[in-house]
Parts: sequence; C-alpha cells; structure tokens
Amino acid sequence: MELKSDVIHQYLRPKKKFPHVWCSGCGLGVILGSMIRSIHSLDIPKDDVVVCSGIGCSSRLPVYVDFNTLHTTHGRAIAFATGVKVAKPRLKVIVVTGDGDCLAIGGNHFIHACRRNIDITVILANNWIYGMTGGQFSPTTPTEKFGSTAPYGNIEQPFNPCDLAISAGASYVARSTVYHVDQLDKMITGALNKRGFSVVEVLSNCHTYFGRLNKEGDPVTMLNYFKKHALPVQAWDKVPEEKRAGKFVTGLLHDVEKDEYCDNYEKLVERLQAKMESK
Amino acid sequence: MEKQVKLLQGNEACVEGAVMAGVRFFGGYPITPSTEIAEGMARRLPLLGGRFMQMEDEIASMASIIGASCAGAKSMTATSGPGFSLMQENLGYAYITETPCVIVNVQRGGPSTGLPTKVSQADTMQAGFGTHGDYRAIALAPSGVEEILYQTIEAVNLSEMYRTPVVLLLDEVTAHMREKVMIPSPEDVDVKQRRKPTVPPDWYKHFEISPTGVSPMAAFGDGYRFNITGLTHDQVGFPTAVSSEIVAMLDKLRDKIVKNAEDICDYELTEMDDDPKVAIVSYGIVARAAKQAVMMARDQRLKVGAVRPKTIWPLAVNRLRKLLKPVRKLIVAELNQGQLINMIKHHVDRRHTEIIPLQRYDGELITPAQILNKIKEVKHHGTQV
Ligand SMILES: Cc1ncc(C[n+]2csc(CCOP(=O)(O)OP(=O)(O)O)c2C)c(N)n1
Ligand code: SF4
Repeated sequence: MELKSDVIHQYLRPKKKFPHVWCSGCGLGVILGSMIRSIHSLDIPKDDVVVCSGIGCSSRLPVYVDFNTLHTTHGRAIAFATGVKVAKPRLKVIVVTGDGDCLAIGGNHFIHACRRNIDITVILANNWIYGMTGGQFSPTTPTEKFGSTAPYGNIEQPFNPCDLAISAGASYVARSTVYHVDQLDKMITGALNKRGFSVVEVLSNCHTYFGRLNKEGDPVTMLNYFKKHALPVQAWDKVPEEKRAGKFVTGLLHDVEKDEYCDNYEKLVERLQAKMESK
Repeated sequence: MEKQVKLLQGNEACVEGAVMAGVRFFGGYPITPSTEIAEGMARRLPLLGGRFMQMEDEIASMASIIGASCAGAKSMTATSGPGFSLMQENLGYAYITETPCVIVNVQRGGPSTGLPTKVSQADTMQAGFGTHGDYRAIALAPSGVEEILYQTIEAVNLSEMYRTPVVLLLDEVTAHMREKVMIPSPEDVDVKQRRKPTVPPDWYKHFEISPTGVSPMAAFGDGYRFNITGLTHDQVGFPTAVSSEIVAMLDKLRDKIVKNAEDICDYELTEMDDDPKVAIVSYGIVARAAKQAVMMARDQRLKVGAVRPKTIWPLAVNRLRKLLKPVRKLIVAELNQGQLINMIKHHVDRRHTEIIPLQRYDGELITPAQILNKIKEVKHHGTQV
C-alpha cells in the first residue's frame, strides 16, 4: 500500500521554499493531506485543478500545492473562484478558507455561491478563532469561549456553517474533523465528485490561540476533544436530544440533486444560439 | 462589412466596444448611472457564448473579473462612485498580480451616495490612487459617445498589453447622452491579446522580469500550474520578504506604466498651432465645452487654445510640458473642487505659467459661456496675452 505521505509528496510544489508558515501540530496540514489524497483518488489531472483561498492560516494552503493556485484577498476567494469557474467550466475549482474568511468578511459570497449552486468545492477549516491575526473571536467561536478580543468570554452566538450552507442552497454539505482522517478523505472526495456547490466543514485545532486562550491545551488534547465529541450522522439521527448535548454531528449531512449554475448557463447559450440559427 | 451608423447612448457604445475588443466575461452589480452597461452585457454576452454574471456586490464583481481573467477570459465590470470604492481592495489585487481587466467608472457626485443622477469628475484622483500601496494606474477619459466605443476597445487592449487593470472614466452625461456613432467593421478594429509564454512549464515565471517590462501570461488550465498571490512576491509568484525582490516587484509595477506613458497617453489639441498664450486644460465632458468656448473666443479674435488629455493616468508629461511652453495663463476646468489641477501644477513650470482654476461641483455642467467668460477675465488681467 502506498504510504499516505508518499502521495502527498507528489503534489507538493518542488520550487516552493519550505518550511511552511503553520505552527507544528496545527490541524491544517491534515487538511492539506486529505485534499491531496481526495484529488489523487479521483485521478483529476493537476493541470485541471484550481485551488483558491482568501487570507488566514488556512488560506495559506494553496501556496504549497502543485496545482493552479490563487491566493486572493480576505474573504473573497469564493467570488474569485466563481470567475475562474464560469470562465473555464472544465476546471475543478476548490476553495480553502477559514471560519473568519468564509463566514465573517466572506459570508455574503458564501451564501450567494450556495444559492447559485455553482460547481465549486469549499473546504472550510473551522478552528473557532482567527489564527493568523492572533486569536480574536470569530463567527464560529462558541458563546463564553475566550478570544483576544473576547477577554471576558464571547457574548455572541456562533454560526453553524453546515446549517447555513444547507439553508442557503448548497447541494452537498458534510462535516468532519482533523482527527477523523478517513472520514475526512471520504467527505472531500464526495464533495469533489459532486456536480454543484459542495461544502466540507473541517473542525481543526488551533492550539496556539484557541487552545491556549481557552486552556484547552496542546494538539493532542484538542484532537481528543474532536474524537470524544463527534457523533456520526447515523448515530446522531437515532439518539434523543439530551444525548446530543455538547456533541457535534459529523459525516454527510446533505446531498441533493439540483441544477448547477454553469450547466444552466450553457443551456441558455445553446438555446439562444439555436434560436439565432433558426432565424 | 460596411461601417454601420447608429444612434447610441454612451453606456451602449461602451458595450459595443467591449464586445468588439473581445470581452467575454462581465461581472457587475447595478448602480446608476452605469447600469445600462450591465444590462447591455447581459443581453449581448450569452449570444456570443460569453458569460454575464450579476454578482452579490461590487467586491465580488471585481473578484470575479480577476478570476475570469486568470482563467484566460478578457473581462470587465462597470460601476459608479460607491461601487468603485468597494472595488478598491480587489483592484489593488489586480495591480499587484498584474491581471488584465477593465473597470468602467461612470462618475457621479460624491462622497458616499452623493448625487446619483448628476454629473461629476470627483473620482479623478481615485482613478489613479484609489487603492492602497504603490502602483501606477491607467485611466482613460473619453469625451463623447463614439470615443467611448473606441476607448473601451483601447482600455481592453492596454490591459492586455501591459497586464494591468485599466479604468475607463466616464461621467453621467457622456454615459447617458445619445450621439451618432460609426460602428467600425470588426476587421478594422485592432484587437490585442496578452502575450502567452513560449517556455516549457518548468521554466515559466508568472511575474518574470522581461526586457519589455511586461511578463507573458499563462492562464489556469494551460498546463503551467503557477501561484498567484496578493502578497508581495518573487518572479515565480511565491510570497517574499527579501528586499531586492520586494523592490524589483514594486519597480516593475511602476516602470511598465511610467516608461510607456508617452505611448499610453494621448492629447486632443484645439487651436494650439499658433502658440496661444491662454489655454484650457480639461478632460471628458468638460473638454467639449472648452472646445466650444475656444471656437467662440476665436470668433471674437481671442487667441486661445485647448488641450484635452484622453488619458488622465498616466499623463504624457514631456509632451504636456512642450505643448504648454508658450502658454502664460492656463485655465484648468473640471467638475470637482480641484483634482486635475494638482496634477497639472505638478508638471508645469509655474514661474512661467499661471494656473487658474475653473471648478463646478453642483451636479451641473460647466458651460462654454462660463469658460469664455473665464477666458475674457484672464485676458483682461495683467500683461498683453
Ligand atoms: C480586509 C482585511 N481585513 C483584515 C485582515 C486581517 N486578517 C488576516 S487573516 C484574518 C482572520 C483569519 O481568520 P480565519 O479565516 O478564521 O483563518 P485562520 O487564520 O484561523 O486559519 C484577518 C482578520 C485582512 N488581511 N484583510
Ligand atoms: S495560529 Fe493556529 S491556525 Fe494558525 S498555524 Fe498556528 S495553530 Fe494553526
């Protein structure tokens, strides 16, 4: 069997100056590996893959991988990706983003891309915090948790990104964590295979800020937290409400067939051209 | 095909020009007085196999046209003041990543929501320095409907040739007025394409420092697999913090525009041949009134001329200095509290040439009569000019 890391090395940029910018033990490396394995398992040629991102620790990911990569402005990756996809629909377009990037500054682009159901896969690294800028609370920071701008505990209510994506119209929505790597590979592979807007929320450890500010410790402690509190959707659906308290549901949460934006545009063009020819 | 004559609105002429220049992606958000451009593109592009997208806001519009350009499409957006402000961050991204695209800004009164349906030239400075950081902009400024068509083509061409965003600066009046336009036949239109790399993928540098100052540009999906980032980057496209690489990147952004300014910028001259000592500098819609005023003045045997930059960023400075050498009194007429005038002051020898403002910012046009009055006022003061 091919080692997981062997596959990854085939997809890292030969010319890129390593080391990377991430703290050791950060969950983002696991997401990078999972994305690569998923692309590899689907045999998608490197030349046809575009990875876009915004700004943040998570958004640094594209710079390291050997695809067409577009590291854009904070929050705007989905809007850039939309232009890429619509101009060249044959490309496989992936957006890697963080909870701040995708849901705060980029929230509007996120819901509208869901609504359009454009064939883009969003990998949302949710670490409940703004990592890159040093630990400020984000739209997913749970109430009462601490951030550098929530020194007395967060008084806001967090988003549930998957619920948001489902209600805004995405056609494939899944959640996993950087602990559940096999599940994560499956979810990302499924998302890449889906024709339509797909979202994979990945709970990821930012021990450097979220862990430290909330006294939740080192990477291992945080991974253990994911392990203990994740409930696969099959189990989640069966257990009574009280048993769900403090847990979060993982796995494929939503998978529906609906019209995709680029397909619809192509149909429109064909209809207009047929009309012109018949004239 | 024969030339076609049509009665067009400025915004419609812009659509015609864009389509002729090969624009096949438009991302926009409606805003007065630019909306007819989006509406026109929504009608035309799908018929040509292109793509029109109404985005969720102007930030997304700007992002989408950059993305489309990275994928190889000639792309464009159109907006007005508030939308142009929203575009600024991603416009900066287009500058630093040297991504061709065209941004039409149909100026209206500002700041903020300002005067949505009234004419203005108060975005003159913003068109050159709207986003943060060091860079040089190209902004074209047509003064009539037919010229809008040609300058839209020119804007697309310049963006492709210099790998940079180009701003087309219109105003509420030129955008909405109707004039006769000779639509050129496609074979008479010179359409430029960005230079593609000829090297094998391994050698490709997306930001290569080349003798022309402009790097060839591959598109996503062409087999080159490069990185694009808004971080300060090296020639390959990776983030850098090395002094020499930082300076090289910033110098490249500046030099490709500054060194070609005399080629990029053009002037229209009215009655400048006999070295008048009084002249008017103005652009866009105001330059039409200036031209008329010069004609009226000449009828009254007043020796006056007019200079109209067709490109306000960059100005061709050497040519401007030469043109204005005989001029003792220079009236700078504009629809704002004084923006073009500062650029002119910067370039003209003021020991030799007095610079006189003529400004209007109540949402109405400067009239030829107003300019003529100013000419007479100036003529009566001081030395025999
Ligand atoms: C317009 C703009 N505002 C603010 C910033 C500063 N900034 C950079 S990254 C970031 C937050 C990133 O948080 P998140 O998306 O959760 O990513 P993480 O670093 O946690 O992976 C912010 C606020 C910026 N780069 N641009
Ligand atoms: S700050 Fe947090 S998110 Fe950023 S690299 Fe470090 S651990 Fe990861």
